[in-house]
Amino acid sequence: MGHETENLAIFRGLLKFKSNVQKIWGVLIFLSIVTTIEVALGIIKPEILSTPVLRIKLLNWIFIILTIVKAYYIAWDFMHIRDEKSSLQGSVVFPLIFLIPFLALILLLEADYIFDVMNENFVSWNF
Amino acid sequence: MEATSSSQVDESSVWGGGKQPMNASYGKLMMWFFIVSDGLSFSGLLVSYGFSRFKNIDSWPIADQVFTHFPFMHGIDAPMYYVAFMTFVLIISSVTMVLAVDAGHHMKKNKVIFYMFLTIIFGATFVGSQAWEWKTFIQGDYGALETKGGQILQFVNSETGKRAPINDFSIQIPSERQTHESSNGIWYLSESKLSSFSINEVKHGFEVNDKLVIRLQKIDEKGRKIILSREESLIHIQNAKEVVEGANLIHNEYGHRLFADFFFFITGFHGFHVFSGVVINIIIFFNVILGTYEKRGNYEMVEKVGLYWHFVDLVWVFVFTFFYLV
Repeated sequence: MGHETENLAIFRGLLKFKSNVQKIWGVLIFLSIVTTIEVALGIIKPEILSTPVLRIKLLNWIFIILTIVKAYYIAWDFMHIRDEKSSLQGSVVFPLIFLIPFLALILLLEADYIFDVMNENFVSWNF
Repeated sequence: MEATSSSQVDESSVWGGGKQPMNASYGKLMMWFFIVSDGLSFSGLLVSYGFSRFKNIDSWPIADQVFTHFPFMHGIDAPMYYVAFMTFVLIISSVTMVLAVDAGHHMKKNKVIFYMFLTIIFGATFVGSQAWEWKTFIQGDYGALETKGGQILQFVNSETGKRAPINDFSIQIPSERQTHESSNGIWYLSESKLSSFSINEVKHGFEVNDKLVIRLQKIDEKGRKIILSREESLIHIQNAKEVVEGANLIHNEYGHRLFADFFFFITGFHGFHVFSGVVINIIIFFNVILGTYEKRGNYEMVEKVGLYWHFVDLVWVFVFTFFYLV
């Protein structure tokens, strides 16, 4: 099933592996490093990174970006999307990268609005 | 697949896949359909968590103050280490799964068996860890009071800055109050187990002990929970209506009750996926041992359950970020 055509390079060809098994271990090391960075940042929580960017803390943006990086490598190398036809890649990825941010944007904006109403108007949660 | 290569279908048609649209077999394509739709269900859950969080952005619990336990290490503050461990277990199980798929491509039956076995072990470890995590969360550790409006009041020792468990400072007041069970009271009424101390005992213990202050659910500008002064605390404690120990779907000693609801629902839904993944892996594991795929001539079934298993790992990466880190 197409395993003759495996793509053995990651990081846009920066790192090439000799066999598929080696590539798997390479991706594991990469994912472990990313997770370690995430956990370390989550425990230390550096003060500098708490400045908000687009109403979300810089630290949280870093977490979200690192998560998407991890998701990319899980999908591309563990789920072998890298070796699929580009039509399949597109059909799997496009609905998700379109619908999820869309839903998140709408609901988070609405929640922020509700928070402002509760916070600034004469409504109290604490009675 | 080799048998179909001699067909007359033009290789460039059907999205470049010849007889198979997109060059993926029927089963694999259906697994992708399922994964995309399941991914949307999970994103719906996580986004609704985000909705509730943004709506209560000034009073949401801080995850590393909630998940501070590590098995066999009592009283040691270990924020997130255990979840990090669980994440590693799941990523490693993903690796053994992909190694099993790779061994299947090369038709190495014994290697497939070995790696499938490791995957099942790691998967079961993860489910067990999640059960432990739930148990600790449900049990709670310090206890808290709840006001009529559903706000949680936690107790802090103002000298050490550490949390004060209600079991330590409450003072026993003799009383006759017992748990109302339907078997020995009014048969159609019952109540859940009484807290270890009554609200009056906690209040009394608090008033006597000058070191204790209240920590509110509210967060200040720096993202820390607001701690009241002793005088304010004495006023605030009069609003308390109920003792809360641990967490369930109605009360939550860690803070906002929606936090517990989403914790149970999202990690529960994910844990259910891991559990069913382990069951499916076991079925495929025995099929491999029995030689089903050897006879069939390909190990594509291993590849398909592999896709599901990686998907479960993928979802956990997001749950980990949005529940424990952000």
